[in-house]
Amino acid sequence: MGGHTSSYEPTSRWGKWFDERLPIARLMHGSFVDFPTPRNLNYLWTFGGILSFCLVAQIVTGVILAMHYNASDVAAFNSIEHIRRDVNYGWLLRNMHAVGASMFFVAVYIHIFRGLYYGSYKAPREVLWILGVIILLLMMATAFLGYTLPWGQMSFWGVTVITNLFSALDTIYQGLGTGIVEWLWGGYSVSGVTLNRFFSLHYLLPFVLTGIVILHIWALHTAGQNNPTGLDLKEPSEAVPMHPYATSKDAVGLFAFLLLFAWFVFFLPDYLGHADNYTPANPLVTPPHIVPEWYFLPFYAILRAFTGSFLGLPLGQYAKLLGVLAMFGSIAILAFAPWLDWSRVRSVKYRPLFKYAFWTFAFTCVALGWLGSKPAEGIYTTMAQIFTVLYFAYFLIAMPVLGLIETPNKLPRSINEAVLGDGHTDPGGRSGHGGTGTVAGATAVAEKR
Amino acid sequence: MTTLHNRRRLRLAASLAALMASATVSIAETAHGPEIERQTWAFSGFRGQFDKAQLQRGFQVYEKVCAACHGLNRVAFRNLVQPGGPEFPEESVKALAAAWPNQITDGPNTEGKMFERPALLSDPIRGPYKNDNEARASQNGALPPDLSLITKARGVERNPSWWAHPFLMLGDIFRSYQEGGADYLRALLTSYPPEVPVYLRDDKGKLNLVQTQNDADKSKYETCVAVAAGEAGAPDTCNKLLDGLYYNTVFPGHQLAMPPPFAGEGAGGVIAYEDGTKPTVENMSADVSAFLSWTADPSHDQRKQMGWQVMLYLLVTTVLLYLGKKRIWSRIKH
Repeated sequence: MGGHTSSYEPTSRWGKWFDERLPIARLMHGSFVDFPTPRNLNYLWTFGGILSFCLVAQIVTGVILAMHYNASDVAAFNSIEHIRRDVNYGWLLRNMHAVGASMFFVAVYIHIFRGLYYGSYKAPREVLWILGVIILLLMMATAFLGYTLPWGQMSFWGVTVITNLFSALDTIYQGLGTGIVEWLWGGYSVSGVTLNRFFSLHYLLPFVLTGIVILHIWALHTAGQNNPTGLDLKEPSEAVPMHPYATSKDAVGLFAFLLLFAWFVFFLPDYLGHADNYTPANPLVTPPHIVPEWYFLPFYAILRAFTGSFLGLPLGQYAKLLGVLAMFGSIAILAFAPWLDWSRVRSVKYRPLFKYAFWTFAFTCVALGWLGSKPAEGIYTTMAQIFTVLYFAYFLIAMPVLGLIETPNKLPRSINEAVLGDGHTDPGGRSGHGGTGTVAGATAVAEKR
Repeated sequence: MTTLHNRRRLRLAASLAALMASATVSIAETAHGPEIERQTWAFSGFRGQFDKAQLQRGFQVYEKVCAACHGLNRVAFRNLVQPGGPEFPEESVKALAAAWPNQITDGPNTEGKMFERPALLSDPIRGPYKNDNEARASQNGALPPDLSLITKARGVERNPSWWAHPFLMLGDIFRSYQEGGADYLRALLTSYPPEVPVYLRDDKGKLNLVQTQNDADKSKYETCVAVAAGEAGAPDTCNKLLDGLYYNTVFPGHQLAMPPPFAGEGAGGVIAYEDGTKPTVENMSADVSAFLSWTADPSHDQRKQMGWQVMLYLLVTTVLLYLGKKRIWSRIKH
């Protein structure tokens, strides 16, 4: 995959025969064995591998759970209990899948913040970044659909609240929103029909996700990996072959992550869920607080920040529509980051002013998450409104303006200089975008052994 | 006959109103609801395992007290025998199932008729009612919930200030606190004060809790299960105990349809523990809460045992992988 030429040489006759007909081993070797990776990647770069693991784990546990699950409004809740109680190690599979969804989001949020910090969204990685935003959206859709499947109280009311968001479109064209909502539900209310189609889509989307992930990796291997300095690779010696260097580091990162994963699976399986979801869905009883899963809380806070007035600005009948637009906009805006950020320096490490903007943004996301778990009233709403403004200000003000007015710190001239010190500077200077090391780089390291 | 029917309807309406009232109160009170004390359970935290004797006592409480109204439909009699639970001997559970008063509706038989038969080991532990409507009809409109999952479906809500939130969260994660349901249930069962508190209304309409009543001015006293503060100088609202409900300081809204289940020690002579534990209200409440924690999570003991094996494996592997990684990277400067 990508701009790097694989050094794969089949050794057996059968290998040669197959390679001439389908060079898949060559492709894999070039993508995951001798692919040149910057030598200065830190542990934050292990989250790509961790996320691939999460995706596979969700698909494997999910496929097995689907063998025992029954997607009907009368049987869904009971079938989950059947899995927990009567299926061999069903409790384990179900905990892994439910906790796995949360862990997937833990990893993806770290991955995204890493990209934002080191400027991985900037040229030449714009398409790679946009594919990532699409992956995030698909993950959210899949997680939301999956959360409805146990058909507990929070499942039912979560679907009711979130699908009803589309009814806000009625303010644009009368009947449009309601029409979409009823089309989603397959009736005039959330029912077993809704559950059944959500199950179908919950099984479908992960495979769409897998397809986009392959494109994401392809784009990554075309543009090459970013690194903590944000500098381009200039000479082959700045890269090391993926295997065994990056892979040995990825393995450490993955297993450290699995420690956290297992802690929740075995000791806190219900910590990230809601007690209400152990009560079967009841359309006649609304739970006192309808709260989404933790990974949606920041976006939920943005949605609810738009009440009758927004920081003194009257919104009137458009409050709901604006809330919905802001919520979806808060994710969509990520896709525009490559063009909103006008700074030519990638890594925040070398940006003295933008550093503050970044950490304010990180705090904003956590604060919005906390506010999303609180009732939407009084001081909480005002705070959510302030943080919503800060959220968008990061992209719309800090990114373009600081890019113009900021004087970046002195950049190292090359990755080698940053890593090895002054003695190894490259006299050639910056050689522009898109450079990835070559096989020669890999062999150069091999010779040093 | 009609008057009786009407009266029943009235009571139904009253309990519905009570439910709605309690829902409104619960929203107002979540910010500072009653503090529920965390218990040290045998099954607390990441090392805890169920205490078999306690589960057996808890089942005894369920059987003699709770089962009068509540079912345990997700638990089969055979589960009472399995490891990780009360582990009663199979023979005694067989006898228990056969003698269980709420029989199993089976059929249709060869004549096309449904029939009642005694329960087998494989059958669920049924409550006294065939369906929700029957339950409501005999409970003044209230529905005694099935108890199989009750400890998972309840929890203790805490509302720390924003700066304390992350620390409490990390503390709970580190200690692996999952016993909120049992804590809540134990607190609920032990929080039926004999008297509804009395308040004295002052000139501004504020309600103040009083210890002793002055006979002189009886009209100013009000008994309230909960007081909602009046907004901006408006008088406080007193929520009175509704007909057919009971005062409880833990239940949201402070009144619920379930009467105090234990009439004093030994539940009025119904419970006599064989292992020498005193059947105090405290003990019976804790025992049945532990038992219902098991019914909600029958794989609990196995889960935590396996958890330690997995954690150990992962820890060792992580260390080995780290050493391997260090060795590999030592070949180059980085």
